[in-house]
Amino acid sequence: MIAAEKDLNAVSELGHWDVERIRRDFPVLHQTVNGKPLAYLDNAASSQVPQLVIERGTRYLREEHSNIHRGVHYLSQRATSAYEGAREKVRRFINAREARECIFVRGATEGINLVMHGYGRKFVGPGDEIVISEMEHHANIVPWQMLCEEKGARLRVIPMNDAGELLLDEYEALLNERTKIVAVTHVSNALGTVNPIKEIVRIAHARGIPVLVDGAQAAPHLPIDVQDLDCDFYAISGHKMFGPTGSGVLYGKAELLERMNPFMGGGDMIRSVTFERTIYAGLPNKFEAGTPAIASQIGLGAAIDYLNSIDRAAAYAYEQELLRYATERLSSIEGVRVIGTAREKASVISFTVENVHPHDIGTILDQEGIAIRAGHHCAQPVMQHFKIPATARASFAFYNTKEEVDRLAAAIEKVIEVFN
Amino acid sequence: MSELGELYQQVILDHNRKPRNFYEMEQATARAEGFNPLCGDQVTVYLKLDGELIKEISFVGSGCAISKAAASMMTQALKEKTKEEAEKLFEQFHRMVTGELDENSEPNELGRLKIFAGVRDYPVRVKCATLPWHTMRAALEGRETASTEDIGPDISSAHISA
Repeated sequence: MIAAEKDLNAVSELGHWDVERIRRDFPVLHQTVNGKPLAYLDNAASSQVPQLVIERGTRYLREEHSNIHRGVHYLSQRATSAYEGAREKVRRFINAREARECIFVRGATEGINLVMHGYGRKFVGPGDEIVISEMEHHANIVPWQMLCEEKGARLRVIPMNDAGELLLDEYEALLNERTKIVAVTHVSNALGTVNPIKEIVRIAHARGIPVLVDGAQAAPHLPIDVQDLDCDFYAISGHKMFGPTGSGVLYGKAELLERMNPFMGGGDMIRSVTFERTIYAGLPNKFEAGTPAIASQIGLGAAIDYLNSIDRAAAYAYEQELLRYATERLSSIEGVRVIGTAREKASVISFTVENVHPHDIGTILDQEGIAIRAGHHCAQPVMQHFKIPATARASFAFYNTKEEVDRLAAAIEKVIEVFN
Repeated sequence: MSELGELYQQVILDHNRKPRNFYEMEQATARAEGFNPLCGDQVTVYLKLDGELIKEISFVGSGCAISKAAASMMTQALKEKTKEEAEKLFEQFHRMVTGELDENSEPNELGRLKIFAGVRDYPVRVKCATLPWHTMRAALEGRETASTEDIGPDISSAHISA
């Protein structure tokens, strides 16, 4: 039975989240690793894919595959309609005004690079400033550094406190007439912090500065309304929101996207080409050169169908309860330090264990069938802030359980036992 | 715990807790810094060479238990060895941790370093064990840095298919 055929209301009248029922939608969860049931707690790196998405991708490959926007034949029309259908699903999911504001990209990294090339290289000059935050993923640091190096511009960084919350007064003080763009994450992948994006956008817009939001970690947890946030760009990775790798979206306000340069040149992004001159296509094709990841983007559309089929508010409340429980369990273990204690957090918990390197934690947990991430999480400046080389990180989705949290806590106690 | 025992043996845990030859060598004649950009591990290896002979060897750095113990035991193994012997030992160590050398049936000089044989069952940890050795080789060759990303995968094809 596929998810779409089921009663879509996974929450009982009592507001109880039926996690066992949800888990049945995710085939990969039902396996053993090193002889133990898999506890997949690495969702912030990549989330698992429900049966609905697997079947949609398979159906496309079996019945609909063809190139899009080109053929007059039947299959090409079906593929085009499925691909553009997925774009419309994305539009509704993030509440964009128009589907043409939703550019399909390989993931949030490509989305940010698109803005760096299309907007940054056109509008940023020597002496200009770009504002990012201390908790950015490398994907929202390195492209801007590259731009600064090329243009002689300057990167300014919004600091955070030791809880992992951005200091908004300092942010406001950083902005000036040279600031060309603000690029911040909605949710920190390393700390879990949920940033006050609406406020950050309001402060920048008061000075006429556009804002890019890295939404890779927010999309699997929070409702996203780009019109309400009023952000100018919003980047999403499909594989972090229960879709396939290679899928993703860059949302941009149409008036900005239209003023920008294309990211890549090639087929499908042109209106006409001669050796003297090329006229670019309109949105969104202007930014989608070459044959895209059609199957992946259609899969992203199916992931959105799946998210629409569950009670997302109940899912979020359940994840928050897992986070609260995990924080309580881990904090009570002597030698464990939770990194990132912001008031508002998504279900991500970074931690260190005294005298044990996170990689050793990761290996021992893996022997217990528990998948976590160990390392700097592509956020080395965050590690530098807390003066640690790395952390271990457990990140929860709505299909994780309290029992898995108990196993995590027990395995950490075992780590401490092995190393002491 | 039996599987884990293969990797985290008491000797390795002991070297992790109390690394030997763990100091900055002021009179070093060669040194190199090694990085594993994937995990942020960092090690500096110091050598005091007398012609072809490694008279002194030490290290400092931060990393996991495997990399720290590997560095510590490497410094013990290489003291008073020639450059050529060091190269040869690295070659044997590398082949052992990537599963290409059976330390019990093939001739080798690995001695106590055989304790790292268990690493071969943890492909993603091979670089932890070899980073100090790659760094030592960089120092011998007069290079200042070594990165696990510049030296290609330390995972044998046998591992990938396993």
